[in-house]
Amino acid sequence: MNAASTGLSELTYPALRDSVGLPRLLPDRAAGGPATYFEHLARHGQLPGCGRDLRRRRQLIETVEQAGLTGRGGAGFPTAKKLAAVAAERRRPFVIANGTEGEPASAKDKVLMAREPHLVLDGAVVAAEMIGARRAVIVVHQAVREIVDAAAAERRSAAADRVQIEIVTAADGFVAGEASAVVHWVADSVATPTRTPPRLSERGLDDRPTLVQNVETLAHLALIARHGAPWFRGIGTLAEPGSTLVTLTGAVRRPGVHEVEIGMPLAAMLDLAGGASAPPAALLIGGYFGTWVEWDAVAGLPFSVAGLASLGARPGAGLVAALPIDACGLVETARVTRYLAQESAGQCGPCVFGLDSIACELGALAGGRDFDLSKLRRWLGQVDGRGACNHPDGVVRMVRSALDLFSPEIDQHTMGWCSGTRASSVLPVPPRPGRSP
Amino acid sequence: MTARARLEVDPIACDARGLCAELLPELVTLDDWGYPIVHDHDVPAGLEGLAAEAVRLCPTLALRLERRRVVRSQPVAHSSAGRP
Repeated sequence: MNAASTGLSELTYPALRDSVGLPRLLPDRAAGGPATYFEHLARHGQLPGCGRDLRRRRQLIETVEQAGLTGRGGAGFPTAKKLAAVAAERRRPFVIANGTEGEPASAKDKVLMAREPHLVLDGAVVAAEMIGARRAVIVVHQAVREIVDAAAAERRSAAADRVQIEIVTAADGFVAGEASAVVHWVADSVATPTRTPPRLSERGLDDRPTLVQNVETLAHLALIARHGAPWFRGIGTLAEPGSTLVTLTGAVRRPGVHEVEIGMPLAAMLDLAGGASAPPAALLIGGYFGTWVEWDAVAGLPFSVAGLASLGARPGAGLVAALPIDACGLVETARVTRYLAQESAGQCGPCVFGLDSIACELGALAGGRDFDLSKLRRWLGQVDGRGACNHPDGVVRMVRSALDLFSPEIDQHTMGWCSGTRASSVLPVPPRPGRSP
Repeated sequence: MTARARLEVDPIACDARGLCAELLPELVTLDDWGYPIVHDHDVPAGLEGLAAEAVRLCPTLALRLERRRVVRSQPVAHSSAGRP
């Protein structure tokens, strides 16, 4: 994926004005381009460290626990638990900041690193100090590599950090962002998931305990270290405090990345993107491993784990794609599924053969050819949970939600017509040069 | 409390040879592509011998019996040739 295909240049930045203390991660700055180290310090102040003070390390991890920060890479795991697990290991650990963002429609990590690289580097440094690591590897999408390199150079010349920062360009590919694949990439330049256990917190990079955190999570961590837990909990919901970055795409007037308070109603979120550009029929929430939900059912619901649970959806890594009424959800799903099948790391049989079979059957359904719904459902059941990583599970989740939500369209396709009238597709799927389908 | 043996397949190592399903049809069946689905990971006492036999005979060493705490085994070797 090159810089152009990430759509980075087309992204609009959020209009910033909020009574609730936003923005936190993405402040509006008069100057374009990334925040310099000087600007960063002027805005946020010095990063409090803990050096080798074990008591202070424990306090900081406790602060993160009280803040209730969860991972922003998609799984939503409590960050303090991960920190504590790695800190408890005897051997010296590593930190890996994961900015791979292999999801083709998602841009929030790239935008964050392009605008506030020092917040992410701060987060990696403070995480390293919390767990006693001396080295942090920042894995960045190539679209923002130069920006992060420059930021790291600024810090070196300012002798800002006691932690050694190393920058690695992320691998291409959907599965490259999976935590064990990131470790594998950094260690061996092979971006395939490895089988767990053992957990990465026990044995990751160079067989050492390894903390892999999404870059947005680390940016929040950098602010929690400065401002404390009550500040972090000042917005969001009681159970899910804080703000989160979202990528709003599809049928919205101004697709882009926004920082929202957790619990914001979906309809209000779409307004941040200038509102729907065509009446929405459905949303795909949580990315390509996410869940299709009906627009009318979801519009008033809060964007949070609790708010979306009733529809079987979850925020994931914050991608929300609006499907306009003139597009066919089956056609979109079939195209994305074919892409995801091609993106299998090619290691586990059920993923390699199962996803291909599922994509073929969906392609037949979308194209109005003969297909077998019961066979498709059987395959979804057989593939679910059968890989070394959650790639097959994620695809199954998304396809199942499509079959449920778009069942009227399935009937239409069976009778030989399709409700989709638009020529262009809604969900982006990158081309894969050099790879046969 | 004694630890029950758990039957696990390493999906990366597995190459769909299918011996496990032949030896342990009570616990393992094959999916539509010939890969094993373990229906019951907890091996009943009466089948432990057969399960151990299946583990020994797996040509790709993908099948294993795990007891309670997971053994800190070497990570599975990978090659880039595994990518399609």
